[in-house]
Amino acid sequence: MTTIPSNLRRVLRREPRVRPTTEPVAAPPERVEAPPVEIAPNDPLVAYFSGATGAVDISALQLDSPALEGLREAGIKLVVPLVSQGELIGLLNLGPRRSEQEYSADDRKLLNDLAGHAAPAVRVAQLVREQEAEVRQRERIEQELRVAQLIQQQFLPHELPDLPGWQVGAYYGPAREVGGDFYDFIKLPDDQIGIVVGDVTDKGVPAALVMATTHSILRAEAPRLIAPSAVLTRANELLVDEMPAHMFVTCLYAVLNPATGQLRYANAGHNVPYVSTEDGVTELRATGMPLGLLPGMEYEEKQATLAPGDTVLLHSDGLAEAHNGEREMFGFPRVAALTGEATDGEVLIDRLLKELADFVGPDLEQEDDITLVTLGRRPAGEAGQERRLAAFEVASEEGNERLAIDQVAEAVAGLGLDGARLERLKTAVGEATMNAIEHGNSNRPELPVEISVVADRTDVKVRITDQGGERPLPEVETPDIEAKLAGLQTPRGWGLFLIENMVDELRTAVDEHHHTIELVMHLKEAPDARI
Amino acid sequence: MPASEFGAEIREHDGTGVIDLRGEINLGADQALNAAYDAAVLGDPRTVVLNFADVDYINSTGIALIVGLLAKARKEHRTVRAFGLSEHYRQIFAITRLSDFMGIYADEDSAVTATVST
Repeated sequence: MTTIPSNLRRVLRREPRVRPTTEPVAAPPERVEAPPVEIAPNDPLVAYFSGATGAVDISALQLDSPALEGLREAGIKLVVPLVSQGELIGLLNLGPRRSEQEYSADDRKLLNDLAGHAAPAVRVAQLVREQEAEVRQRERIEQELRVAQLIQQQFLPHELPDLPGWQVGAYYGPAREVGGDFYDFIKLPDDQIGIVVGDVTDKGVPAALVMATTHSILRAEAPRLIAPSAVLTRANELLVDEMPAHMFVTCLYAVLNPATGQLRYANAGHNVPYVSTEDGVTELRATGMPLGLLPGMEYEEKQATLAPGDTVLLHSDGLAEAHNGEREMFGFPRVAALTGEATDGEVLIDRLLKELADFVGPDLEQEDDITLVTLGRRPAGEAGQERRLAAFEVASEEGNERLAIDQVAEAVAGLGLDGARLERLKTAVGEATMNAIEHGNSNRPELPVEISVVADRTDVKVRITDQGGERPLPEVETPDIEAKLAGLQTPRGWGLFLIENMVDELRTAVDEHHHTIELVMHLKEAPDARI
Repeated sequence: MPASEFGAEIREHDGTGVIDLRGEINLGADQALNAAYDAAVLGDPRTVVLNFADVDYINSTGIALIVGLLAKARKEHRTVRAFGLSEHYRQIFAITRLSDFMGIYADEDSAVTATVST
């Protein structure tokens, strides 16, 4: 066989099908395959054959070519280049004729004709074979991706831990080319719980296998060693000998005492967690090298106490390091800022994913796995305790409902209300404020409309209070538009109807001097929502 | 967001009176909206088209003004159509059933050339 670069393929060496008529015809001609001959890409023979116009007698050829020597040593006498669309795609190599006569002009013409017909067919066959190889390669990659996904999903938690007084949220979004993200919750003695978020460098099956190994090691060592630094030190020792070249694992391991809010943590080169607190966003920093890189590593251990209302975000770099079409990064500062606006872990996850989707746009494929784990400590004794987002007043002057709308919109910006629901809340706030200005406070500018915005785990509530004292909320009726269009009723009278249709719940509260209307909007829309 | 004053311009498109609305449709828009309508029907068009593309706020008083305008048009046997509404105000027009009496279209050409209100 002759082996030359690119698409040249093997050709059989055989006797020409010209048999002397004097010989008996009983035995078929012997077929002998020539030994392979390597032809380097830069061998002058390649250029020579590419430009040849027909069969080449290589015994007469004068070229400084190792391949030429090889062909001669293989007993090749005549070479017919196969050229298709100007490209050399193969060689037809022939040894000496059995009659020991030279190849005649007729032989050469026959061979040249044969080559002219065979070359395009050979080229088509080559293309088909290349395409088949590509399909097989794609199928192999897809199969690997499926295997990697299966491995990864096998080791992700099937349910979140139920911790009284805590709200735990988690999200795992694999990239198409599965990365090595993982997270886990590990039950520990004394009702403590271990929380793991990690990321294996590399992708696909190798990353998934390393992830599975790391997962198993942490599951085995954490209940025994407890202390985060000791667990990571041990995991590093076990992984460092097993780790394939150029791979390592970043991992944040934390131990929570749910009763006290104490969180001990150590970090093997993973993203720094953020904590939303009443005083703003803080970071949980601790130093340590990734697992599996170097032996004998030690890991700094720190601790923090999560106060009621605090929410921790543990996150893999698929979020902060996502890029948009302009190659700008979503960025850690943005993740930190969004965490700071969070009132609830699940809402935070939804908000982060929405902001990321808006940032990246619809056309870009997710670059890396995204893993998010939130851990929120609910306010003591009351899971649904309210958190005040804003409190302000507007004077009872026409048009001031716009001030109320804008301030409420600003106050609820961090709650993750989707655009349509936010617009509905804004309309309801505007209408309720107008009612308070006009009906409650009789358009007297010195009488304020008091507005407060609070949120709990499930709802945002806007309370709008006027100074009109006790008065019943009229029953909300559907306006009769036919009667209005016919001039039988005033065109007005839409406010309360609009309010009721914009929010999820409408409540009133009164005392001797005040009348309050409370607009309730669920943070997540119910499946049977009206609009 | 600072309040943006209501304004309206009149023009004619293939025999249809088009009113380009902008800003906020609230109590303050009453006179200007009615004046715009009166100007738009001077040539006695069969159809008046309201362009909401530059309207950024409509409150319940604004809804009432539009109902009043629609009532006047119906009395004069004119058709009123609208385009340029945001998704939110499309929903409000559906809730209030305004869209049962005033065809809502995606763009001006559809509103002007429509033969049947939708």
